[in-house]
Amino acid sequence: MEGFLVQATLYLFAAVVAVPIANRLGMGSVLGYLIAGVAISPILGAFGTDPEDILHFAEFGVVLMLFLIGLELEPRQLWGMRHRLLGLGGLQIAVSTILIALAAYWIGRIWAIEELAHWTVALAIGLTLALSSTAIVLQTLGEKGLTRSDGGRASFSVLLSQDIAVIPMLALIPLLAIPELIAEVSHGAEVGHGGKQEMELRLLDGQPGWVATLAVIASVAGIVIGGQYLTRPMFRFLSHARLPEIFTAAALLLVIGIALLMTVVGLSPALGTFLAGVVLANSEYKHELEADIEPFKGLLLGLFFITVGAGINFVLLFEDFFAILGLTLGLMLVKGAVLYGLAKLFKLRGAAGWLFTLSLAQAGEFGFVLLSFTMQNGVIPTELGSSLSLMVALSMLFTPGLFIFYERVIAKRIDANLPEEDEIGETGPVIIAGLGRFGQIVNRMLLSNGHKTVVLDYHNELIAGLRHFGVEGYFGDPSRPELLLAAGIRDAQVLVVALDDQEKSVQMVEHVTREYPHVKIVARAHDRQHTYALYAAGARDIVRETFDSSVRAGRYALEKLGHHPFQAERAARAYVKLDRHNLAELARLWDPEISVMENERYAAKAREINARLEESMRGLRTEYHDRTERGWTPPPKGGAVKD
Amino acid sequence: MSDVAERAQKVLVLFAHPAQNRSEVNVHLAEAAHQLDHVTLIDLYGEYPRLDIDIDLEQARLREHDVIIFLHPLYWYSTPAILKEWQDLVLEYGFAYGKGGTALEGKTFFSAVTTGGSAEAYRDNGYNRFTIRELLQPLEQTANLCGMTYLAPLVLFGARSAKEHGRVSGHVALFRRLLEALVAEKLPLIEAAKAETLNVVLQKHGMG
Ligand SMILES: Cc1cc2nc3c(=O)[nH]c(=O)nc-3n(C[C@H](O)[C@H](O)[C@H](O)COP(=O)(O)O)c2cc1C
Repeated sequence: MEGFLVQATLYLFAAVVAVPIANRLGMGSVLGYLIAGVAISPILGAFGTDPEDILHFAEFGVVLMLFLIGLELEPRQLWGMRHRLLGLGGLQIAVSTILIALAAYWIGRIWAIEELAHWTVALAIGLTLALSSTAIVLQTLGEKGLTRSDGGRASFSVLLSQDIAVIPMLALIPLLAIPELIAEVSHGAEVGHGGKQEMELRLLDGQPGWVATLAVIASVAGIVIGGQYLTRPMFRFLSHARLPEIFTAAALLLVIGIALLMTVVGLSPALGTFLAGVVLANSEYKHELEADIEPFKGLLLGLFFITVGAGINFVLLFEDFFAILGLTLGLMLVKGAVLYGLAKLFKLRGAAGWLFTLSLAQAGEFGFVLLSFTMQNGVIPTELGSSLSLMVALSMLFTPGLFIFYERVIAKRIDANLPEEDEIGETGPVIIAGLGRFGQIVNRMLLSNGHKTVVLDYHNELIAGLRHFGVEGYFGDPSRPELLLAAGIRDAQVLVVALDDQEKSVQMVEHVTREYPHVKIVARAHDRQHTYALYAAGARDIVRETFDSSVRAGRYALEKLGHHPFQAERAARAYVKLDRHNLAELARLWDPEISVMENERYAAKAREINARLEESMRGLRTEYHDRTERGWTPPPKGGAVKD
Repeated sequence: MSDVAERAQKVLVLFAHPAQNRSEVNVHLAEAAHQLDHVTLIDLYGEYPRLDIDIDLEQARLREHDVIIFLHPLYWYSTPAILKEWQDLVLEYGFAYGKGGTALEGKTFFSAVTTGGSAEAYRDNGYNRFTIRELLQPLEQTANLCGMTYLAPLVLFGARSAKEHGRVSGHVALFRRLLEALVAEKLPLIEAAKAETLNVVLQKHGMG
């Protein structure tokens, strides 16, 4: 217990100190985490803990991240990306693998490193180092707002194809095993890492090939079909319970369960959860899931970066400082050159091409996974594997620097005269929070005028019913900041706060005006008091829910009493104007801190307005009357038109 | 009787007055039109208090009638705003003018206006400097472009003193006779197209 507390304190402290500073200096949070890791590694060493252990746990952050990425990607979009995945991604993997393998082989020859001069070893190294870091790249792209840029999208396609390629690689690598090494590994298994390996569930070991294949197909089909048909009733049932933490637990259960299933059948857990994400991308629970998983992902991913930093073996590094540094830079140069060529081939122009080249030049977390896998399978000797791990970690450490270089030098120079076309015209959506009678009408009006809306509500039946009609509705408590974030409040143009719950709508207005001042708010008010509270919270376009309909009823009554319809209309408009004027005056004086009774200035104004109103209602005052009667007054009888 | 009905021309009166509770002349003219057979009276401000004119409905009404009349007080030498809105929305390309825009061809059009200014004011030496017919030329050309026969306006000058001087009922009766003559096709159209005002034509043919 104590050990755990020490470690947790250490990790959290390092993150809390390093990340904000790194962010402040414009380096991005990833570099902050990595540096934090480097900083605490001697202390961890003193406590005798191995960051490796935590790494396995923290890798789960990558799994969660892929689930979230999947959620953002509807099957249709994924299908639309197939050419990029195969072409751009496939070529990157193939060409990089071959070049790196050749280089390794060549180096082995020149420096007379016996193990390297083995083509199987060289190929395994090529496969391992060809992969890039999904975690670092996507996190950084997101932070810098580049995810949707041309370069960002291309990078994403490559990362996705790499994540998919891990599966066949895991199948291929055992075939590259060197017989003597296997003997060595199985010998050492009792002492080292292997001890852990035995704890893992590998139910399919020793089964005939067709059973394994069948199991794989069955579990993938299970994810697709289960995700499509079972999750909905399950989440519906859970949401009726109205226990937010149980919903969160269910979301985590879903992801962890799938990860487990994938491990059991020997597939990549990251890929399995990605698939589950894609299946759920159309679901009305998408944003609620996102909001629930996001904090876990953030923390675990941070932990992952710290462990990468902490895992850098400085003893090993300083033994061969220049060789390892040179090889790492050489690796990044080769990968970068391949990427640059692909950028040219696929017509990624200007800044997009450079972003693509610089962002993917490192080796990634799957490199660690594959390396330990190769070592276990006796493909790569252990000492060589540690050096390679070091290279992977170093290249990840350098990556934020490349992003900074891109931002400060390249994007500035190129984008000054070449704006990225994609961003233009992609206007943010309208978020409608609350889909009762009020929100529904707003939604219909916006949709019929060609606007994209995202609708949030806590009522399952409502959301399900509307999705039936093709409305993009999501289940969840709209006043939760995380859900708003997942629904895209960052890019939203307008937020319509149409919640039933008065208190929550005030909180929501407060939160959004503070955090996202660019979002324009239209708020539904229950009554006057609520209007004042919304005004104080920062809303300016406030609609009293029954006001307009009451005015209309008044207008009809005037017509039935024989007023000409146009006169009734003018009377209604004049009434609205006067009432809104009075309301605005009172709203400015209202103070949430002081009760209406004690608010002197408010009380005085209210008395004044009431007195005026009373007089005009008793016909003593002409102010209101004048407003309606003033228009179209002919010249006075007998009065001269010309002086 | 059935003979007459068959030959009866259908007359559409588009009435525009935004402050009818204070009208001393126009409401009575509208009421007279409302009483007559073969005459349709549309109170535009009454039907469209929010100015959201129904284009299809208005075009259908135009198709069903042979004579179109704007009935309104003169406001700033022109029509009240809703009649301008009506023109801008209803007289569409392909309906009223342009390619295929023949729906109004051969129909008759004119304005029945009341003015605050006296008859003397509407002369080239009066303070209004133009005759009422000259001032309504935008309507004349509009009718012309739509292929309609444009007639001189029916005018009540000095409308702000008509009540006090007892001229309202006389003008209402004149308007009624004009409408009846139009329904029965008894108005000499060629003469009416050339005159300065319809008042003169009616006078001359013993209808004044
Ligand atoms: C806004 C407005 C503009 C007017 N412009 C004119 C004008 O340009 N020339 C004129 O002779 N009378 C003008 N008048 C007077 C009206 O023509 C006059 O009040 C009307 O014909 C009286 O008819 P009623 O009693 O049916 O309203 C104007 C009156 C108003 C209210």
